[in-house]
Amino acid sequence: MSEKVLMKGNEAVAEAAIRAGCRLYFAYPITPQSELIEYMAKMLPKVKGTFVQAESEVAAINMVYGAAGCGKRVMTSSSSPGISLKMEGISYLAGANLPSVIINVQRGGPGLGDIQPAQGDYFQATKGGGHGDYRLIVLAPNSVQEFADMASEAFDLADKYRIPVMILSDGLLGQMMEPVSFKPTLTAEEIAEKEKIHLDWCMRPNEDEPNHHHHEINSLEIDPNVLETHVLDLEKKYKLITENEIKFEEYNINDDNQIVCVAYGTASRIVKSAIDQLSEKGINVGLIRPINVWPYPSNAIKNVLHKKVKKVITFELNLGQMVEDVRLAVNGQIPVEFLGKVGGLVFSPDEVIKKIEDNL
Amino acid sequence: MKYEIISSGFGGQGALTVGKFLAKAGMKEGKNVSWLPSYGPEMRGGTANVSVVISDKEVASPLVSFPSILVALNQPSIDKFASATIDGGLIVFNEDMCPNGVKRDNVEIISAPMNQIAKEIGSIKVLNMVAIGMVIGKTGIVKYETLEQDLTAFLEKKNPELLKANLKAIKKGIELAQS
Repeated sequence: MSEKVLMKGNEAVAEAAIRAGCRLYFAYPITPQSELIEYMAKMLPKVKGTFVQAESEVAAINMVYGAAGCGKRVMTSSSSPGISLKMEGISYLAGANLPSVIINVQRGGPGLGDIQPAQGDYFQATKGGGHGDYRLIVLAPNSVQEFADMASEAFDLADKYRIPVMILSDGLLGQMMEPVSFKPTLTAEEIAEKEKIHLDWCMRPNEDEPNHHHHEINSLEIDPNVLETHVLDLEKKYKLITENEIKFEEYNINDDNQIVCVAYGTASRIVKSAIDQLSEKGINVGLIRPINVWPYPSNAIKNVLHKKVKKVITFELNLGQMVEDVRLAVNGQIPVEFLGKVGGLVFSPDEVIKKIEDNL
Repeated sequence: MKYEIISSGFGGQGALTVGKFLAKAGMKEGKNVSWLPSYGPEMRGGTANVSVVISDKEVASPLVSFPSILVALNQPSIDKFASATIDGGLIVFNEDMCPNGVKRDNVEIISAPMNQIAKEIGSIKVLNMVAIGMVIGKTGIVKYETLEQDLTAFLEKKNPELLKANLKAIKKGIELAQS
């Protein structure tokens, strides 16, 4: 890892993506993720990469489709309203089994909303958003370091499963500076080695085949029996991912927890502050922080429900989205409470403490 | 040890930079740090501000609601954040831009005519460095040497004159805070 530098989340994830072998990046500017696109515009030409500022988010995601179809490490990024525009393309990427990385630096919604941090796109990221039966792997960082680390992780997961991977961040993580260190930059040879696994399916000049027969990349299957097989194959893949890629953090989880909180991303940072302050008062509260929000760590929540835990409380910067997954995991065993904050505002540790104390 | 700082002023006064150099120096000294700016459509004449946390432990919430240190480069910053500053905290303010001063009990208050001092040093730009000097002179939150190293690496080739003015301003701030 490199020496630590102080960097904004937006810039750190861009640098990490370049180091992870991203040489193709297509996007359209939007606050609060514009530093990401600026960084890529400045740095990609220096590593013989290609940045295109597309004419729209829709164009950008379809450029991603093209580059992914050629088996290259490709990325796009935007913020909430821009991600909505990309949804058709994301469904096509999922349908065509195309590895790619999409970053959402969430802001307040719905509609144009505002430009402050929010978590209102959880449903969109984890339950679809685009049409059809598909899933994305969704990674949700809660620090600048984790945001940066997730770039290479996202590319590796995308390659491994041939699936679009989303990093679900927010305006606070994008705009905040924290110390970050980087993994070494992959060499051109190392990138080529990583991309080799795509050669048996991706579009490329194929000199071995005299008739220049190309691979077909498509999400259209007009024959229902063929489409059924295709979608069932996707299901198999999603099951495999659910078995392998659950990731979460336990914070102050122990046998004497009175309350267990569930929060991800920025919200989890505030909840940690609250838990530290409550522990000084002798109130024992734990936190389950999903790091990957799809697949969801349901068992991690189930496993901490014991006699002393009175309630589970979910904290999100929305009206209550992930709380539905928490309720599925808890399955009626004990009450599940919720505190949300909307409009691009972030709750303070005091508001979180009050919610917890009210439920003791 | 945990310092929660809000630095605030008009756009262009360098309030965000105060936070940035403190956070960077904290990082170089092995502390955990975060720097979170207010961003978005600030009203003309309003405040641009930044939340900085410098701590021995992992930084949980990077949002500062109740600062232990407030750096106020103009009056609206005092009006907005002085009442939220914790008891026993520190308020550093710029006399030249804060005609009404601070009305607060139970906090330590130090101030200086930062615009005037900066002009005397040779550049109005370094008024925020006077503020940094006052903060570290009072609290020892980071070392002068760490700031000097960082500023030197940043400015030595680009603008040696401005570097000199910056360092002079920090030293003047330290001197004022300790006198």
